[in-house]
Amino acid sequence: MSDHVDDSLSVPAASAARRRPPRAVRGLSDRWIATLFIAPSIVLLLAINIFPLIWTVYLSFTNFRANQPGREVNWLGTKNYARLLGSEDVWSYLQATAHFVVWTMLIQVAIGLGLALLVNKNFKGAPVWTTIILIPMMLSPAVVGTFWTYLYQPQTGIFSYIVDFFTGLGPIDMIGSVKLAPWAIVIVDTWMWTPYIMLLCLAGLRSIPDYLYEAAEVDRAGPFQTFWYITLPRILPFLMLAVLFRGIENFKMFDMVVELTSGGPGSTTELASINLKREAFEKWRTGYASAFAVILFVTVFGLGNIYVKALNRVKQ
Amino acid sequence: MMSIHRAAMAAALLAGTALCAPAAMAQDKELTLCWAAWDPANALVELSKDFTAQSGVKMNFEFVPWTNFADRMLNELNSGGKLCDLMIGDSQWIGGGATYGHYVKLNDFFDKEGITMDDFLPAAVDAYAAWPKGSTNYYALPAMGDAVGWVYRKDWFERPEIREAFQAEVGRPLDVPKTWDELVEVARFFQGREIDGETRYGAAIYTERGSEGITMGVTNALYPYGFKYENTPGKYDMDGAVNSPDAVAGLEKYKELYECCTPPGHSDAYMTEDLDAYKSGQTALQMNFFAFFPGIAKDPNVGGDTSGFFVNPSAKVAASVLGGQGISVVAYSDKQDEALEYIKWFAQPDVQKKWWSLGGYAVHNAVVEDPSFPESTPFAGQFLEAMSNVKDFWQEPIYAELLLAMQKRMHDYVVADQGTAQEALDKLIEDWTVSFEDDGKL
Repeated sequence: MSDHVDDSLSVPAASAARRRPPRAVRGLSDRWIATLFIAPSIVLLLAINIFPLIWTVYLSFTNFRANQPGREVNWLGTKNYARLLGSEDVWSYLQATAHFVVWTMLIQVAIGLGLALLVNKNFKGAPVWTTIILIPMMLSPAVVGTFWTYLYQPQTGIFSYIVDFFTGLGPIDMIGSVKLAPWAIVIVDTWMWTPYIMLLCLAGLRSIPDYLYEAAEVDRAGPFQTFWYITLPRILPFLMLAVLFRGIENFKMFDMVVELTSGGPGSTTELASINLKREAFEKWRTGYASAFAVILFVTVFGLGNIYVKALNRVKQ
Repeated sequence: MMSIHRAAMAAALLAGTALCAPAAMAQDKELTLCWAAWDPANALVELSKDFTAQSGVKMNFEFVPWTNFADRMLNELNSGGKLCDLMIGDSQWIGGGATYGHYVKLNDFFDKEGITMDDFLPAAVDAYAAWPKGSTNYYALPAMGDAVGWVYRKDWFERPEIREAFQAEVGRPLDVPKTWDELVEVARFFQGREIDGETRYGAAIYTERGSEGITMGVTNALYPYGFKYENTPGKYDMDGAVNSPDAVAGLEKYKELYECCTPPGHSDAYMTEDLDAYKSGQTALQMNFFAFFPGIAKDPNVGGDTSGFFVNPSAKVAASVLGGQGISVVAYSDKQDEALEYIKWFAQPDVQKKWWSLGGYAVHNAVVEDPSFPESTPFAGQFLEAMSNVKDFWQEPIYAELLLAMQKRMHDYVVADQGTAQEALDKLIEDWTVSFEDDGKL
């Protein structure tokens, strides 16, 4: 409580002068300086993310058309939303999207986890095989879509030939058949993105300390028990993260499916994002498309939040 | 001696510079013409060399594949882009081009230069140049006449064993189909038939889902059966026209043709896929635009006497789907004077004649009324016949919205086998009604 300051603890006068902030910054608090530094990022975030989002919500209540800028914009209230939610077609697009997302996730998790367990065995050539497995993931989705249209060709495609060779069913038209086309896109997405799931699972597997397995061995635990009680709980957060990323990606899947099927045959593979693009940039019904975008955003955001909460619970 | 030499060099340089100056200045002027990437576009590049030689204006070309053509170019127009000075836009774009101010109105220019629309085929003027339809407001000069027609394997049709088999199976001589019923009979006959040791198929037709393919294909059957867009032109009263019993019959006939007689995997095919299927010898018949016929006639595999051409078969009336485009001056261009100069040059009868000879489809009377025109190519007569009864899709400013609705309904029914023809056409009216209500037309 004394005013006295020990000279031995005080900063020398010359040194203090050197550390003093320049005159222009003097008087600014740390909080102000921090604000100055992050302000550009916040401005960018507002301009690129928040403003378009708010603007989209506004447009979703109007009849605005981006290709008719001079046209009077009328406030429609919830008409766009009512029309969307009352449309059988929109529900079929959402159904097609749900089919694609659910099946790709289930199949990719099963195969990705299996591959990760296999590659984690550290057999001879494992790194080479890991690299080879990762190749599809490095290609452009549009290229993959185009590439697979040739593979799926019923007369000349290798896929049809292989199926025929093993089953004797004859040429099959994967992307021209209503029953097969939804599976055709699931197969291609699985081919392309299973390596991603495998990679994240592998990271999870490599993070499990050896002593846990050694302890399990001492306790005479079988392979299934080891997997169930040690491996799976340890890699579950990684797996769930992979599912979150891929789920969001596949919910807005566009390019690969457009190249592969254009949404056909009929509207069998017309995913929500494909229809959204058609409404917004081909039909130019911007207001209506904005309402659809808002519905999709709320769906992804809501499901994502629920999922993240579950993920946090698993982590704990 | 040295100084004299230098002086001579300098004089030569000066003279050279002076002589080259006008040409260099002329080459500073340039125009960009936008169109789809296909055979006629290459012919236009060749033709335009004459314009450059004559005017000194360098021509640049921006050609986009058909599948992306509308997306790319309509975005360019909608955004007020300056990429294109001249646009050879699809016939359906005229309404939007005029209404939204993308295209320059050409009436005053035509009057000033003595260009008259009476010099062109009336159907082409109405389809490619005028808005509203039937008016004398012109936003384009007819540039490329086109319609959907058919190609067949003439060599197969002429083989005695094939003719005998057809007579035995169908009960009439094998000939070029005159009606849609005959067309399906012929296609069915060839489907799965082994010719020269290979399995052949009936017909390559339009089934494409993404842009406009299946609509162009289906309407090629619908129009001859009596399909109309409105009961009263301009009234948008579609019920009873779009879904009339005749329209239902036409749609069912197209589905029958798709199901019985197309090659495997032909569920998303348009111009290129049809060409590939036909040129590779898979099919006996091919539906395609006349614009591709010069290429087929010259093709080493199916050209010459191997292929024959016929106009779209009729059912109740003679009708063909309109293709083709007009050439417009883009309103956002900074080089409108040069662009108009190009149109003035292009409208000349001699240029139009050369355009036809290079593979472009001129619709100028100087070309099509020439007595030798029907014999000028193996398909010229059919082209004229088709152009006399062409029908076009809605040319409304919101045509893209109307087109995509039809794409969906037709693909759902024809390819995906969902519902009935009547339901497909009824739903189409519902879609179009919403669109016209939104647009304030209903």
